[in-house]
Amino acid sequence: MSPVSTASSRVIYEALKESGIRLFSALPETWLVHLIRMAEEDPEVTLVRLAKEEEGVGISAGAHLAGARSAMLMQNHGFLASINGIVSCAQLYRIPLLMLISYRGEFGERDPWQTEGGGVTEELLRALRIPFAYLDDPNHVRRRVQKAQTLAHSANRPVALLLCRDLMWEEA
Amino acid sequence: MTRFDALTRIYPRLEDKVVVTIMGAVAAELQSIGHRANFFYLQHAMGLASSMGLGIALSRPEHQVVVFDGDGSVLMNLGGLTTLARYRPRNLIHVVFDNESLLSVGGFPTATATGSDIAGIAAAAGVPRSGTVRTLDEFAAAFDEALNAADLSTIVAKVDAVGPSGYVTDLSMLENRFEFQKWLRQH
Repeated sequence: MSPVSTASSRVIYEALKESGIRLFSALPETWLVHLIRMAEEDPEVTLVRLAKEEEGVGISAGAHLAGARSAMLMQNHGFLASINGIVSCAQLYRIPLLMLISYRGEFGERDPWQTEGGGVTEELLRALRIPFAYLDDPNHVRRRVQKAQTLAHSANRPVALLLCRDLMWEEA
Repeated sequence: MTRFDALTRIYPRLEDKVVVTIMGAVAAELQSIGHRANFFYLQHAMGLASSMGLGIALSRPEHQVVVFDGDGSVLMNLGGLTTLARYRPRNLIHVVFDNESLLSVGGFPTATATGSDIAGIAAAAGVPRSGTVRTLDEFAAAFDEALNAADLSTIVAKVDAVGPSGYVTDLSMLENRFEFQKWLRQH
């Protein structure tokens, strides 16, 4: 069994569905396996598997202008790889982009290669003036997902939810 | 073949199509031929015009989407061709104007100038219909065939490395964005 929490992934997925998301773009990463599988198995949603995360910014921008609600599922290193698209597509054109970013490299990280990205994720979000909140407890997931969507659409701006280890990973 | 003449030739076909273009010469030339509310010009984020087209095509399968891309932009998002091919939106025509250079920033040659073949790359990525055209008649014929085929098509149009004298137009980016969204809401 993978220590990635199926129960938490289900709570997140249901919250995203409830907030109207019908298109997911995703690049697989360990913490996202259940979320991606849920999207894949759900006939009500479209899952777009990306070659690189920045594509997802364009796909979500197109989906938004076409009237569909979408979300991106990616690792924080995918967020790093998407920054030009976020700035020069989503921010320049005022796109309400919902990004779910797995927050690797935080306290408890065992993979040495994840640790640099973890250290810069929040500073980059702040530098880009992207409002963000943590998802670290299943009890507040639903409200935070809804509130993130509400702000994204009222501000016409990208917002981020950081998927934290305490929520996603079942081991200490 | 110039890009301007190619755009002018197929312009009548674009009246009811959802059009996404890249920045620079393509956007300025299409606007000078005649802006429409169903045309969106991605004035930055090089490489993402085809991804935007995919997002629109998947969300609104009842609309025919046309993306006007360029060699420099496609080369920045080659992986996007594999994503396009994977989801194979039947309502998307991907036109790549290949002038073998980054014209708006000094005309430096891209890799297509030394033999990289975008139509070949698209075909190898899995795009079901792909080809290169070099004359206006070939381009117009390929565009009409793509419309009739009702399948994902990449048309690489080899064009001269010439463009307009300037790239900034009277149409504000946000005006264009909200007008385009409104058109899609109403159609």
